[in-house]
Amino acid sequence: MLPEIVAQNTSASQSVPWWKFFYDFSLLTQPVDVWLKGSVSPFWSTVIEMAIVGVLFLLFYAVVGLFLVYAERKVCAFIQNRLGPNRIGPFGIFQTVADLIKLLFKELIPIKNADSFLFNLAPFIVIIVNFMVLAAIPFSKGLHAIDFNIGIFYVIAVSSMSVVGVLLAGWSSNSKYSLIGAMRSGAQIVSYELSIGLAIITIVILAGSMQLSEIIEAQRTGWFIFKGHIPALIAFVIYIISSTAETNRGPFDMAEAESELTAGYHTEYSGIRFAFFYLAEYINMFIVASIAATLFLGGWMPFHVGSWDGFNRIMDFIPPFIWYIGKTFFIIWIIMLFKWTFPRLRIDQLLTLEWKYLLPINLLNVLIMAFIVLMGWHF
Amino acid sequence: MRSIIEYLREIVLGIWSLLKGMKVTSTYFFSPGKIVTQKYPENRKSLVMLERFKGEVVMPHNEKNEHKCTGCGICEINCPNGTIEIISKVIITEDGKKKKAIDKHIYRLGMCTFCALCVKTCPSNALAFSQKFEHAVFNRALLNKILNKPGSQLMKGVE
Repeated sequence: MLPEIVAQNTSASQSVPWWKFFYDFSLLTQPVDVWLKGSVSPFWSTVIEMAIVGVLFLLFYAVVGLFLVYAERKVCAFIQNRLGPNRIGPFGIFQTVADLIKLLFKELIPIKNADSFLFNLAPFIVIIVNFMVLAAIPFSKGLHAIDFNIGIFYVIAVSSMSVVGVLLAGWSSNSKYSLIGAMRSGAQIVSYELSIGLAIITIVILAGSMQLSEIIEAQRTGWFIFKGHIPALIAFVIYIISSTAETNRGPFDMAEAESELTAGYHTEYSGIRFAFFYLAEYINMFIVASIAATLFLGGWMPFHVGSWDGFNRIMDFIPPFIWYIGKTFFIIWIIMLFKWTFPRLRIDQLLTLEWKYLLPINLLNVLIMAFIVLMGWHF
Repeated sequence: MRSIIEYLREIVLGIWSLLKGMKVTSTYFFSPGKIVTQKYPENRKSLVMLERFKGEVVMPHNEKNEHKCTGCGICEINCPNGTIEIISKVIITEDGKKKKAIDKHIYRLGMCTFCALCVKTCPSNALAFSQKFEHAVFNRALLNKILNKPGSQLMKGVE
């Protein structure tokens, strides 16, 4: 249905060449919106638009999740001088698809004495939280489901809800490994949430807005990591460290420390419910990486340098979507490098790092950034 | 004041050592030439196993179909799980003396743990490891091998 709409509208209203869509997706979405509003009642047009966006997000979720699992295995393999998956499809790209099909066919094992309602509910809470955050992320120019005026605040608030799903999974499994894993995960996420929030506040002070589209627009003359120089760089490092902890990935994977707790909070899950947790973990990584890309590296904004108009014009030729994906995957690569380089922290070292090092530095950093913005010492 | 300097020094040194570690892993990531994985069924023709690889126990024979095994049975005694069984016979040498010699050196590959105790303890170095590793067969009886070839004899000068 969608391609027909596009064909009708582009041919009828204004003939926009197809490659323009890559530079501004609102050229694609605007005519669809106008056509829907004109042909059905406002209620149904909203419902249809939401359904289209929902289906697109579902597809995106599956594709990105599977790709990230594959990418993780490949990155890990290259770091350890191995080849990684290389049997199914060229370079093994269909390996994770095959894994997913296998997981879909596997039995969902019911746990004796488990709280079955909460046990079944927990993976869906994690997944729903993921979708709610994805809705607020600007993927490209005009490719942005909801543009709240408190976008970044909404992202922090909603993403911290995923700990509820983790705790429910651990509690309802009726297993000591799951419970210990979930409790560790809770302690970890609650403490590192603070660092993430303060690192984001540093950038919000520099941008002067919480709206994600405005934050990106403010980086038209240079990305914030260059504009805010020292405090922005410190905030970036702190954000990367604490977001690694927030997503329960190594070296902070206390929650699922496989040598001590088998698999942490999802020990008792099997089949597709396990796959939900597994995918949600990787989408969480994608979300924190894309927020880092948006706040520090300019989101979909091409690499611009102040008033070098010729240079900026050349950079604009690369579509914003490519910039966004490139930056996000660069940060994902850094996070993966963390996991396969550093040994796991003990729980006390983890909390020491947060409360004795990251938090004081972060508070000082916010102060420095506020002072710099006040004096106008940024670029 | 000293404690603050110590605190900052700790942070800088910590970051420095973390960056060192990341340098090592990212060097490996960006140098695909160092990958050691072999694509086994594809490179089967050109595959060369390492010299020290313990594939299976063999008894090397020279071109005159002679081996070094005297049939002493030390390998059988040393084998921890009864993989080796020696069946000996009595032969009459050229000068008319009776002498113990090997009849069958039975080696059960299915029970072998490749611990190399037999190869190490053999007094006349009659046993060795080959690099063959494709041992799968359809019948378990094929895993019981007789190491000395039919009609083979003790090498001259080995006692």
